[in-house]
Amino acid sequence: MIGIQLFNEIGSIFRNTPTFALVLETLLLITVVWLLLHKRGGRRLTKEQQEYLIDQYEPEPLVGETDPEHPLLRTRLVQSKVGKRVVVDGHDCLNLASHNYLGFLEDNEILEEACKCLRKYGVGSCGPRGFYGTMDVHLDLEDRLANFMGLEEAIVYSYGFSTVASAIPAYAKRGDIIFVDEDVNFSIQKGLDASRSTIVYFKHNDAKDLERLLQEQEKRDIKNPKKAQKTRRFLVVEGIYMNTGELCPLPELVALRKQYKLRLFLDETISFGTLGSHGRGITEYLNVDRDEIDLISAGMEGSMATIGGFCVGSHFIAEHQRLSGLGYIFSASLPPMLTQAAISALDRFEREPQIFEQLQTLSQFVHNQFQGFTKLQLRGDKLSPVKHLYVAQARDNFETEAKLLAKVADKCIEKGVAVVQAAYLQDREHKPVRPSLRIAVNRLLTNDEVLEAFKLIESVSSEVL
Amino acid sequence: MGNLDDASAGFEQSYVHSNGNGSVKSSTPISNGHIPNHTTFVEQRQKSDEQQQQNGEETEEQLLRLKELKFSAPAYTEIRTRSGGLNFKNAEEGSYHPANGHVEKSGKRSDKFKPSQADGILSAEQEHYQKTSFEDVPLHTACLTYLGFYLLMILGYINQLLFVPKVATEKARDGYVTLYDAFESFYSRYVYRRVRDCWNRPICSVPGDELILKDRVTDDYGWSFRFTGTETRCLNLGSYNYLGFASATGRCADESEQRAREKGLAYCSSRCELGNTQLHIDLERLTARYCGVEDAIVFGMGFATNALNLPALLGPKCLVVSDEKNHASIILGLRLSGATTKVFKHNSMKDLERVLRNGVCYGNPKDGGKPYKKILICVEGIFSMEGSIVRLPEIIALKKKYKAYLYLDEAHSVGSMGPNGRGVVDYFKADPKDVDILMGTFTKSFGSAGGYIAGTKKLIDYLRANSHAHCYAGSISPPIVQQIYTSMSIIMGDDGTNTGRNKIQQLARNTRYFRRRLAQIGVITYGHEDSPVVPMLVYLFSKIGAVIRTLTTRHIAVVGAGFPATPIMEGRIRFCLSAAHTKEQLDYALDVIDDVSENLGLKYSRKPRDPNPIEY
Repeated sequence: MIGIQLFNEIGSIFRNTPTFALVLETLLLITVVWLLLHKRGGRRLTKEQQEYLIDQYEPEPLVGETDPEHPLLRTRLVQSKVGKRVVVDGHDCLNLASHNYLGFLEDNEILEEACKCLRKYGVGSCGPRGFYGTMDVHLDLEDRLANFMGLEEAIVYSYGFSTVASAIPAYAKRGDIIFVDEDVNFSIQKGLDASRSTIVYFKHNDAKDLERLLQEQEKRDIKNPKKAQKTRRFLVVEGIYMNTGELCPLPELVALRKQYKLRLFLDETISFGTLGSHGRGITEYLNVDRDEIDLISAGMEGSMATIGGFCVGSHFIAEHQRLSGLGYIFSASLPPMLTQAAISALDRFEREPQIFEQLQTLSQFVHNQFQGFTKLQLRGDKLSPVKHLYVAQARDNFETEAKLLAKVADKCIEKGVAVVQAAYLQDREHKPVRPSLRIAVNRLLTNDEVLEAFKLIESVSSEVL
Repeated sequence: MGNLDDASAGFEQSYVHSNGNGSVKSSTPISNGHIPNHTTFVEQRQKSDEQQQQNGEETEEQLLRLKELKFSAPAYTEIRTRSGGLNFKNAEEGSYHPANGHVEKSGKRSDKFKPSQADGILSAEQEHYQKTSFEDVPLHTACLTYLGFYLLMILGYINQLLFVPKVATEKARDGYVTLYDAFESFYSRYVYRRVRDCWNRPICSVPGDELILKDRVTDDYGWSFRFTGTETRCLNLGSYNYLGFASATGRCADESEQRAREKGLAYCSSRCELGNTQLHIDLERLTARYCGVEDAIVFGMGFATNALNLPALLGPKCLVVSDEKNHASIILGLRLSGATTKVFKHNSMKDLERVLRNGVCYGNPKDGGKPYKKILICVEGIFSMEGSIVRLPEIIALKKKYKAYLYLDEAHSVGSMGPNGRGVVDYFKADPKDVDILMGTFTKSFGSAGGYIAGTKKLIDYLRANSHAHCYAGSISPPIVQQIYTSMSIIMGDDGTNTGRNKIQQLARNTRYFRRRLAQIGVITYGHEDSPVVPMLVYLFSKIGAVIRTLTTRHIAVVGAGFPATPIMEGRIRFCLSAAHTKEQLDYALDVIDDVSENLGLKYSRKPRDPNPIEY
């Protein structure tokens, strides 16, 4: 009975519906069916077509041709132990290029202790920190670093480059916003890439520009408060910029951090062990409370004259990297003898704080002298041990400038002063970096030697440029 | 964690060390559950300087160590689920004798050993399946594993609700967006913390065939640790010391020290600026010769070798076909490169072919179906968590068919595989020129640090001009380079001895023996029979901790891996074998593993067991 009723009902629906509606609905049905079937079929290729395509496929070569004259292929050969003096390509030179700010590379005490450590632990650590790669020297170094900086926790990486590049993506994730100085070093740039966050660059050392960008962000946040609640904001700066030698305006940045609730990451690769009366870095020099900074990272390949890097911060923040810092978890730990070298360097930091003053005085002296070049222009803070020399009269493009500077560097080395051009992968930097000669000050240089170097560079540069 | 059977009898576990002239025996009593206070055990090991034996056998360094090891703190507790003590048939089985191992390593024995090679009868695929095992988990274990994991999570959540977590809180950051993902911090606080003592264990010795653990205890259920001041000597089955080059004495250490004194500890500059020395150039040449290719480039960190060079080789319009079990460094490198990444099932040639075919035929969907600029297959030689070996001959065939390029990460396999120790390429007797990019690390078999990429001169020149690490990162430290150089020369036989060859054979023999004995015990192991990385499946999260803790009480140090490093289902213990291990050390370990797996119920395997004793 019900069946017949239902049939009648359907029949009446069909009879009562206008024809155009019926036609339309039928067409719709056909379209849907066609779309479904069509999609499932896709652009399916037959076996023969596939074979043909595979046969025809011509990939690009794995790598392009490299110009045999490429500047990065022409590396110099170091033929002696690196110290205040160094033999480069057969020329005995005064060293103004190695980032050996405190002269620890020549320190026999550190060397002896490292060798003693080699005799206890061997060379390699044969495992990541999680899997029996943690030796007591690693724990010791971490404790010492945390104590030295007056913070709760330190975490040691086995490569300077990977330190900050791993630390940033441990916290910043997709959807977060990172405000970054436009002249940050390449290692930070790689950390930013790995985080997949939104990157906002502000003008170099320009707190006003940062504030403008933060205000813009605030406006966006008001429009979308739900998203704003979930978006972490970071500010990444360097203490002394590797690419410019300038100091960051830390107090202003800290004020902005507070106002706009940012988390501040500070890379002290150069400033650690060079600034401040005890070598604790830019925070000590500018008298900024270290609790205002969320995370401080630094390489140990500068003032500490070993390999590796570390991050320090509160327990809450730094500890997180032990489970999330990719370069920490998945890499073999730092060879114990190099770890010992870092501990011994810290010993020296604590025992002889006068070395920092010596370095700073010398950096200032170098700064004052090197301002006097006629054809070269100095950039960098007076206290910074890293300074850049640019071509004073800007040329048409960076390539010409780079070639000129390479000539200057070559001639300087021939005549006995080692200076090198800062190496950049121009096409991989987020913006091209102006070529420069990068000067690294070594504490052991005497004023006379600096004057001698000045005269030589002045004569060479006047001749070439 | 099951009932601890305190009533079970203690046992005497003895260590015998000898240098052939006389033996000193010492022992440490260990009881189940409780380690008696103030029990000390004195160990003596005799050291003899490295001697070259007349028959060309491997020299062995024996350490003289007169150390009193206090074993008073209950730093490690044994976990037993079934009653009964450790039953060794006789005292001899529960001990290991380096002296006997010395005899075992003699030339006669090595003659018997045949390195594994394809015999030409089986196809590559058949051979792969014959030698590789991935036994399925029994259904009830699978259910229990999930149940156990959920229980752990539920308990964790209840714990979090009821008690205020004892963790550091953020100061002076009120109103900030929370820094961490809620699940991530929950997981590390309430799940990982329960077994936290099993990882990051500090050691205070060479990570050689044995290591010395610095004992630590926790008074607050894993939130923090405190050192007891005591030390525990363990057989080391956890470090990547495949060829036994981790040593504080001998030629490698001597030459490294000498080099450090000559050249210093670092260069404080990148290779491109002022960090390029003859030492680096020599190492690069030697590495190229070692790999059988034109040129090589070396870097200071293995992780960075992948992470910082893959972006130089790839661009956004490239396709990468990557094995699902690839290491984090490869994944990071691929992410940084911006290339399209497609993942294929672990070691499945069928799936790889499907992905390649789709890639070639359908092109880049992001680019309107245009063909990809280039296709790169990314695989590892030995997969560190699976213990499996890449199916290289088949991959080379596929790569040629689809005109793809091949990136082979030999982090674990270089040195440890093949009759000449030159990695899986050597093992499969493939032509190194068929692999476009040979990558490897110096951390493992060479007992040093760093990584290399080897290939054609064109490739390496390109990398010199474009690699991130070459341009910006610090140049490798001289003693580190020297360690690599010396150990590599020894492996290649350049020093005029066959120490290197003996080490390679010892490792291969250890591997086969250990894997076969494990199969006989009845535990499930993964991977290839010739892979020195041996994962033993324990499945349950809690069992990972239980096994590691129990093995430590028996003086064996191993590594565990669980979620998130592995799938939830596949908690495992990983053994890494070394050429430094002697048969007696392995026998000791295997007897203990047998006992522990009986007690904790790890004998999951349903495969028939070999009733005959396994020949070494």
